Amino acid sequence: MTRVVVDVMLKPEILDPQGKAVHGALPRLGFDGITDVRQGKRFELEVAGELTEERLAQVRSLAETLLSNPVIEDFSVHVALAGPGSGRSDA
Amino acid sequence: MKIGVVTFPGSLDDVDAARAVRLAGGEAVALWHADADLRGVDAVVLPGGFSYGDYLRCGAIARFAPVMTEIIAGARRGVPVLGICNGFQVLCEAHLLPGALVRNAHRRFVCLDQRLRVDNAATSWTTDYVEGDEITVVLKNGEGGFVADGETLDRLEGEGQVVVRYLGDNPNGSLRDIAGITNEVGNVVGLMPHPEHCVDDLCGPGTDGLGFFTSVLGVLAAR
Repeated sequence: MTRVVVDVMLKPEILDPQGKAVHGALPRLGFDGITDVRQGKRFELEVAGELTEERLAQVRSLAETLLSNPVIEDFSVHVALAGPGSGRSDA
Repeated sequence: MKIGVVTFPGSLDDVDAARAVRLAGGEAVALWHADADLRGVDAVVLPGGFSYGDYLRCGAIARFAPVMTEIIAGARRGVPVLGICNGFQVLCEAHLLPGALVRNAHRRFVCLDQRLRVDNAATSWTTDYVEGDEITVVLKNGEGGFVADGETLDRLEGEGQVVVRYLGDNPNGSLRDIAGITNEVGNVVGLMPHPEHCVDDLCGPGTDGLGFFTSVLGVLAAR
């Protein structure tokens, strides 16, 4: 089993009201020095068997057709390494 | 004439849409999201609501419902399709209409009687209006901001594909005050305001929305 992570973010030119709301709350909590917040989505997919290039291509296709809307969002795909406290590598 | 009204899990306004069809003189046919069968309807309405709880993105999961396969194929053949609010979001997700709907710029849900101007009275759903007509139609949404890239917006305006525009204060941050658009040939229309709630003087701001439903019946009768 391999975990593949898909991160989806609104394109930079699309207004992100949720990120703005989070950013607006920061001064009230005493945080300063943060100039902007953008909110996105993270999907963790458990892929059965060996992660082949073909499987990875399927995940990218899934990310493009369902997990993100290419009109307003960008996505990135990476493979999460197994085990607790694991790092990550680009895919 | 039979007009299908689709019910997805989480649709809210399917009953009102069916009633609007009947008041306009048509026969409303209930279509179920899980059936890949359009039951011989002549046109389709995708109603408002919160299909699949707006999970993932508004309309993103409904767009892959079994009924949508036939609707997308039908729309490409020229079958009139109207998407209202969540239905508009579904049409954009299905790429039957360009652009997308995002969270209102001011982050609040809007619910108001909205003034609109009809910019295109030649679509399958707007022939009973006159270009320039100013109408009042209920608007209620949390994610109704219409966005598209500049080139797409220029094309929509240049080709007359903007169907209705917001008058007065922009209620949700939609680019260029766009409230509704159509495809190149005019059979597919999507809009955020709810014409199906404006078909009866008793319970709404008037009957300015009825024209969407009488228009398509007239267009179908003339075919």
